[in-house]
Amino acid sequence: MAAPVAVHLEFGGGAELLFDGVKEHHVTLPSQSEPWDMKQLLVWIQRNLLKERPELFVQGDTVRPGILVLINDADWELMGELDYQLLDQDNIVFISTLHGG
Amino acid sequence: MCQVEEEYHEQLERVDTPSASKKCVKCKEELAAVVIRAGDAYCRKCFRESFIHKFRAMLGKTRVIFPGEKVLLAVSGGPSSCSMLSQVQEGVSQNAHKKLRFFPGIVYIDAEGGALGQCKEMRQKTTSELCDMFRSTGFPFYILPLEQVLDLPGSVLTPSPPSDQPGSVYKAAVDLFLQSGDSSSDGKAEEQECVSLPAVQESHTRLLQQLIGSAQTLTAKQDLLNTFRQHLLVHTARTRGYSKLMQGDSCTRLAVKLLTSISLGRGAQLAQDTGFSDCRYGGVTVVRPMREYSAKEIAYYNHMFKVPSVVIPNLDTKMPDKASIQRLTQNFVTKLQADFHSTVSTIYRTGEKLQTAGRGSSAAEDAEALALCCRSVKFSEEASALQATLISEQLSQSSVKPEPPANVGQCCSSERPCGGAEGTGDCCRSSSHLVGSLSSRDHEATDLRSLLCYSCRRTVRDMSSVDCLPQYVLSVAQRRQNRSAMKEQISEFLLDDA
Repeated sequence: MAAPVAVHLEFGGGAELLFDGVKEHHVTLPSQSEPWDMKQLLVWIQRNLLKERPELFVQGDTVRPGILVLINDADWELMGELDYQLLDQDNIVFISTLHGG
Repeated sequence: MCQVEEEYHEQLERVDTPSASKKCVKCKEELAAVVIRAGDAYCRKCFRESFIHKFRAMLGKTRVIFPGEKVLLAVSGGPSSCSMLSQVQEGVSQNAHKKLRFFPGIVYIDAEGGALGQCKEMRQKTTSELCDMFRSTGFPFYILPLEQVLDLPGSVLTPSPPSDQPGSVYKAAVDLFLQSGDSSSDGKAEEQECVSLPAVQESHTRLLQQLIGSAQTLTAKQDLLNTFRQHLLVHTARTRGYSKLMQGDSCTRLAVKLLTSISLGRGAQLAQDTGFSDCRYGGVTVVRPMREYSAKEIAYYNHMFKVPSVVIPNLDTKMPDKASIQRLTQNFVTKLQADFHSTVSTIYRTGEKLQTAGRGSSAAEDAEALALCCRSVKFSEEASALQATLISEQLSQSSVKPEPPANVGQCCSSERPCGGAEGTGDCCRSSSHLVGSLSSRDHEATDLRSLLCYSCRRTVRDMSSVDCLPQYVLSVAQRRQNRSAMKEQISEFLLDDA
């Protein structure tokens, strides 16, 4: 049984418009038998935080192309993308690169 | 080689996924933090260095910005333009080694009230946020409401005489500047004047809303908005004495713009719309120094190094995928880029190679089109694609009695054939031409359209009423029509250009 995981989520670049304009979220993920990974986190966000237009944030299993994901200030491509297992006090940032110029 | 019992290794080619323990490809010491392009992992420090270096190299290699010049930065509040602003700020303030030697000013066009219909409080909030941001840079800044586009003079649409400074003069100019002493540049830093949002009349806002609202499709609305924004920027640069206008379009955005322009029919202006420097406006040259940065790099840099930016909702925010051509293209390119990392750079490189065929000097002003996009089009070509389109359009309206008398306008943009012989145009009653005397309005609309380039024609066609266009557009159109009519009258007496 894994302990509940507390993560700090940030949304930027326009992605916050889908979350009522709130940029920072401190969330505690409930404990479950397997460790949390990014795929499950996305499902959790879609279910609990996303206020409108889910297709503008999540596409299938992963985030919509054009949304940059940073895990502890490093590109998630270097951390294994969806397979990265979350640790306590991780800082995950979602920045939309589609908006503005 | 090929044997009967050949054994292939179990390990087929595997995608080399960068892992957390990958070292930076540049310094090879630190842990990598960001992946740019396909597989190039950089650590934070090297990324920052390469980011800053790219900006300087871009300006230095192209040699269009002369030392001591006044350059206007067009900031929209979005990530790329704010990144550009911070680069310029850093570059201008540095010690003499590689200091950027021009004098920047900032301009922000506030389209929220008129075009986007945001309420006053939202507008004030955004404006004050931006004001604070601009004030902290120390450069003179101007915040203009888009409503001012309704008051522009007709000279916006004609290129002013260019002040050409060929490349060979660049080196001489730099040497001269260095000799005359950099000390003058510090003292000359202009006092920061700020022009805050002037009180906008309600009527102007309503007019602007009507103008944008008269376009039926989102594509046309966005197109109009971009055109008018560009006009206002060029006008501001001209009147305030800036000879260069810097826009912060990133590589990704330019790739999308390229494909969108082709879809909209702006193929002939691609080279200038997406190139580094754009000389269509004569005295003011538009420069795009951010064009080699992908959107991802800019977003990462802004986040890591705390570059402030403001999110301003746009016309197509939260719209579905197929709402407009621009949005559709953006989605297409972005999705393709996710799987094929070289998409954006391929499009971008192709765009770099485009050039417009030389058209000879523009001495012949007679056939020059009024283009909202400030492009000179000669309609004299017989076999162009545009002619083909016009002919097929005429043929598809073939049940219209051809050549109605001059006081009855031609039936414009109507799908159904109209029995024009009835006279004063019951037939031409589309949703818009209800105001005033129908016939003359139809005539005007057709005439205006005949002066536009293909893509502007499509945009105006989407508008329910041509009268909403700002005064300067209509008056320049009128003037051109008069001139060409006059020229026709005296054409017998003119000598041919042999």
